[in-house]
Amino acid sequence: MISLSDIQVVFGRGTPLQKQALKKIELTIETGSFVTVIGSNGAGKSTLLGVLAGDVLPTAGRVTIGNVDVSRKPTAARAGQVARVFQDPLAGSCGALTIEENLALAAARGKVRGLMPALGSKRREFFKERIASLNLGLENRLKDRMDLLSGGQRQAVSLVMATLAGSDVLLLDEHTAALDPGMAEFVMQLTDQVVTERKLTTLMVTHSMRQALDYGDRTVMLHGGEIVLDVSGGSRKDLQVEDLIEMFRKIRGQKLDDDELLIG
Amino acid sequence: MSQIAFWGAVELGLVFAFVAIGVYLAFRILDFPDLTVDGSFPLGAAVAAVLIISGLDPWLSTAVAMVAGAAAGLVTATLNVRFKILNLLASILTMIALFSVNLRVMGKPNVALLNQDTMLSAFFGQGVPEYLVRPIFVGLLVIVAVVLVWRFLESDAGLAMRATGANSRMARAQGVNTGGQIYLGMALSNALVALGGALFAQTNGFADVTSGVGTIVVGLAAVIIGETLLGARGILLALIGCVFGSIAYRLAIQLALSSDALGLKASDLNFVTAVLVAIALILPRLRRSGGAA
Repeated sequence: MISLSDIQVVFGRGTPLQKQALKKIELTIETGSFVTVIGSNGAGKSTLLGVLAGDVLPTAGRVTIGNVDVSRKPTAARAGQVARVFQDPLAGSCGALTIEENLALAAARGKVRGLMPALGSKRREFFKERIASLNLGLENRLKDRMDLLSGGQRQAVSLVMATLAGSDVLLLDEHTAALDPGMAEFVMQLTDQVVTERKLTTLMVTHSMRQALDYGDRTVMLHGGEIVLDVSGGSRKDLQVEDLIEMFRKIRGQKLDDDELLIG
Repeated sequence: MSQIAFWGAVELGLVFAFVAIGVYLAFRILDFPDLTVDGSFPLGAAVAAVLIISGLDPWLSTAVAMVAGAAAGLVTATLNVRFKILNLLASILTMIALFSVNLRVMGKPNVALLNQDTMLSAFFGQGVPEYLVRPIFVGLLVIVAVVLVWRFLESDAGLAMRATGANSRMARAQGVNTGGQIYLGMALSNALVALGGALFAQTNGFADVTSGVGTIVVGLAAVIIGETLLGARGILLALIGCVFGSIAYRLAIQLALSSDALGLKASDLNFVTAVLVAIALILPRLRRSGGAA
């Protein structure tokens, strides 16, 4: 289980640029649930993700992941509990390393790294199997450098990397936003499959309302650093993209003409 | 070029292969432009020379020299990681300070190691001429260093260090303490450079406070020439490239300076160095654009 209690994040405290990115966030995510997070730019989505990942340490409040208080733990210290796929395909893997070296890095996430060879024959076999399940033909290119892959391929491999070592939560940061529509669809379906098969507790930030409603079992909407909508179960099933846009409009008190939000 | 001059160049190239591997670790693996080496090379020479003269076992003296080099690397890493000083600037500060430290260690600008037992003494007088013993001995140590560094960089721990240099954000997300990796890498890099310095003192019979000037350029030249010769495919090839790059660099210099047709003098060394490095940098570019055309 993951819980955020009374989380506040203030950037640039005491300066003229002081900004409260998150205001008293209360959020509890049951083990095994798949939560989608939406919100306009500056709503606090990335900050929320950062608070869970450890990139942002909250100004006040408590973060617990799997019954461990990680409030003051930096990213590297809680990596054993947190798996992650970044928005930028280049950010989640090392371009200069081979595919199998990236996989080996991820397989040891949060573990003590010793002096044994990173790529034994057993591990290679395991990696090959996992990569083959993508059906992208990458299993024969494990010795290729990561930067030879396309953005979509890299994101697909990143997803595999995120599941090699166990985790208490999987964080997806608009991980299909930088891909072409076809590849985005592929990566999203792959995500759904992986999350369902492995029963991963997942938090996915997305710009697409379509995605937010089509995937997962709970949707949270952020605005101005606060949770303004939290739906799951039956009431979520009946919710349409149009309803979400209507809510957005009401909250912002203005006409919404951001086409980006409609793109499914 | 006489045979003695040839083997002399090979020997110097092998000594500086340690510098090249150290520079490769800092520049290529950690992406840390480290000028500390201009200070840690003469530091290694100074510590080894002074300890050998004081009667300490030369192998032990050399080990202490490596520890001193590692400490110099840790100072640079601390300035960068702990106090957030820009990496290049942090290394320049350590380098400048080391000049004074080296003078303190030796007590004078120059220490001679004549008639002292060195790591090589036991191998002299066994029927092999001295001008061959030196490169063979240093070459064997280079092979040991290459194998150890190669195995390290292909281990789980080594992957963490490579990820730190290639994509530190990703490394942290994978649980790698990136600051710790910089401490470790800088210590390792400068220990190797100091080992080069200690061997330089023992093969040449002296330690000099000015011998560090330009160490970084020589190290970088070796790394770049190696990459030009062997390409950048894989860690082992890159490390072998460092060694061959270092030797090729010394041979090219020796050839340029000893060829009467060119009319170069020993004082033209720095100019020749610059031209060689420039050529090594330009060649792969020409090859690439040639292939594309």
